[in-house]
Amino acid sequence: MTELAYTEPKPKTIAGAKSDWELVIGMEVHAQVSSNSKLFSGASTAFGAEPNTNVSLVDAAMPGMLPVINDFCVEQAVRTGLGIKAGINLYSRFDRKNYFYPDLPQGYQISQLYHPIVGEGEVLVDMEPGIARKVRIERIHLEQDAGKSVHDMDPEMSFVDLNRTGVALMEIVSRPDIRGPEEAAEYVRKLRQILRYLGTCDGNMQEGSLRADVNVSVCAPGAYEKYRETGDFGHLGTRCEIKNMNSMRFIQQAIDFEARRQIAILEDGGSVDQETRLYDPNKGETRSMRSKEEAHDYRYFPCPDLLPLQLEQAWVDAIRDGLPELPDEKKARLVTDYGITEYDASVLCARRAHADFYEEVASGRDGKQAANWVINELFGRLNKQGLEIEETPVSAAQLGTIIDLIGKGDISGKIAKDLFEIVWSEGGDPAEIVEARGMKQVTDTGAIDAAVAQVIADNPDKAEQAREKPSMAGWFVGQVMKATGGKANPKAVNEAVRRKLGL
Amino acid sequence: MSIDKETARKVAHLARIAVAEEDLEPLAGELSAILGFMDELNEVDIDGVEPMTSVTPMALYRRPDEVTDGDIQDKVLANAPDTREGFFAVPKVVE
Repeated sequence: MTELAYTEPKPKTIAGAKSDWELVIGMEVHAQVSSNSKLFSGASTAFGAEPNTNVSLVDAAMPGMLPVINDFCVEQAVRTGLGIKAGINLYSRFDRKNYFYPDLPQGYQISQLYHPIVGEGEVLVDMEPGIARKVRIERIHLEQDAGKSVHDMDPEMSFVDLNRTGVALMEIVSRPDIRGPEEAAEYVRKLRQILRYLGTCDGNMQEGSLRADVNVSVCAPGAYEKYRETGDFGHLGTRCEIKNMNSMRFIQQAIDFEARRQIAILEDGGSVDQETRLYDPNKGETRSMRSKEEAHDYRYFPCPDLLPLQLEQAWVDAIRDGLPELPDEKKARLVTDYGITEYDASVLCARRAHADFYEEVASGRDGKQAANWVINELFGRLNKQGLEIEETPVSAAQLGTIIDLIGKGDISGKIAKDLFEIVWSEGGDPAEIVEARGMKQVTDTGAIDAAVAQVIADNPDKAEQAREKPSMAGWFVGQVMKATGGKANPKAVNEAVRRKLGL
Repeated sequence: MSIDKETARKVAHLARIAVAEEDLEPLAGELSAILGFMDELNEVDIDGVEPMTSVTPMALYRRPDEVTDGDIQDKVLANAPDTREGFFAVPKVVE
């Protein structure tokens, strides 16, 4: 596999009242496995069902119920691990994380603290062409989601829906390698892209399929490098964790606010308390979530209901063999094979379906021209209509034919855009449309000469002016194009006008 | 390792078990006795012994990803002291 060269971005620096500060960010991303049923029960994971209908007695933690693990969820965790070049632990185990909350009927969450299924990996976070950050991943573990509490339906009561209880989550834990709010948002975007390529999580942030806890601290310039050299967290500042973020924009805003809050405390001679905070998007600020007295003591211990999860190397290898081409490889290949820019390749690789469509159009044609048409015309038009690539009215074959017609000189670039519009709204074979509607470009010099002569004859005063001032020639070219319905070859018209005006 | 009264109080709180003040001291004693037994077990040399996770040699069973359960809202809510429109209704909890 070819890899594109890159350099690392500069960390974000915030100027405090007294000195400059740098940001250090680590993330825990919770990605919901796209499974039909839950991690340990046969209840459905479908979003938006009536409350408490996607709940089995296992999820409701009725006495005597036992968890049975979903094989598909295990496979997706392994796929995700392989997708971020991580080591897969053939032996992993489940632990109970104990706490009380109304949306957690078991009184504990089944998670993997001591022996996670996936070990160390990495995610390359693209900032702009040639600039990227390699973020180390510490681990991925499988765990259960909790239920949902609704607080705004009654002034005295909270309402609990257990539909989400027990849905499989992959918690993807990064090292503190992210160095600014924009990088944090791009990290989540890249992770989501990889998950979607792999098909292991739908990445739908509105529906809560992807949520992030963000750990933020600040340090003096140079301190982070010392941490990287020594691995000693003592070089870094005290961190605060901002819980449950499900929007890229809010992630950025929350980090920026939180860093400034910590800087203000430190510059006033205070110290940052390690705590969990919540971001309030309406106020644009983070606030403390729990008082220190209630600081959680989860008393983890191995879940006695579940045997260790032991995987066969051959099974893992088979999953590895079935991995699709991932975004970094695809982008590098498009740049190499089609000669397009890294920027265009990034746009085309945003989704697998986009890249597939592009490759179908570009196959056997000029890669750059195909990229222009797919990105500027097609994607532009799809965006305008709010359509996905799967809903495009113009197929890759139709768009390819339009490009071929330009290549053959049958139509000009301008007519091609009109043709694109016709195919978009009416469908049909572009070549037949060109024939049937007389859209073919006029390259016949006789016809063009006649049209030019006619325009000059009709506008003797303008012709006189143009002979004085050659830049006026453009006006004649425009008139001839208009007279020929835009079908004349612009280059041929330009030559004819200059020749006939004696320029 | 021995458990004092305050640790017993904390553990009881974390487990949401109401223990009367006069019972804390005896409870601490019982917990200490249990840990004392654990300490005795710790004296056994287990170098090179694989942890036994099951009394029968078996692997974790993995079920296929099929929806086989659910749609029993009435059963799920049957024991709840209060329900509204299919939800469990609990005293207000807002963080």
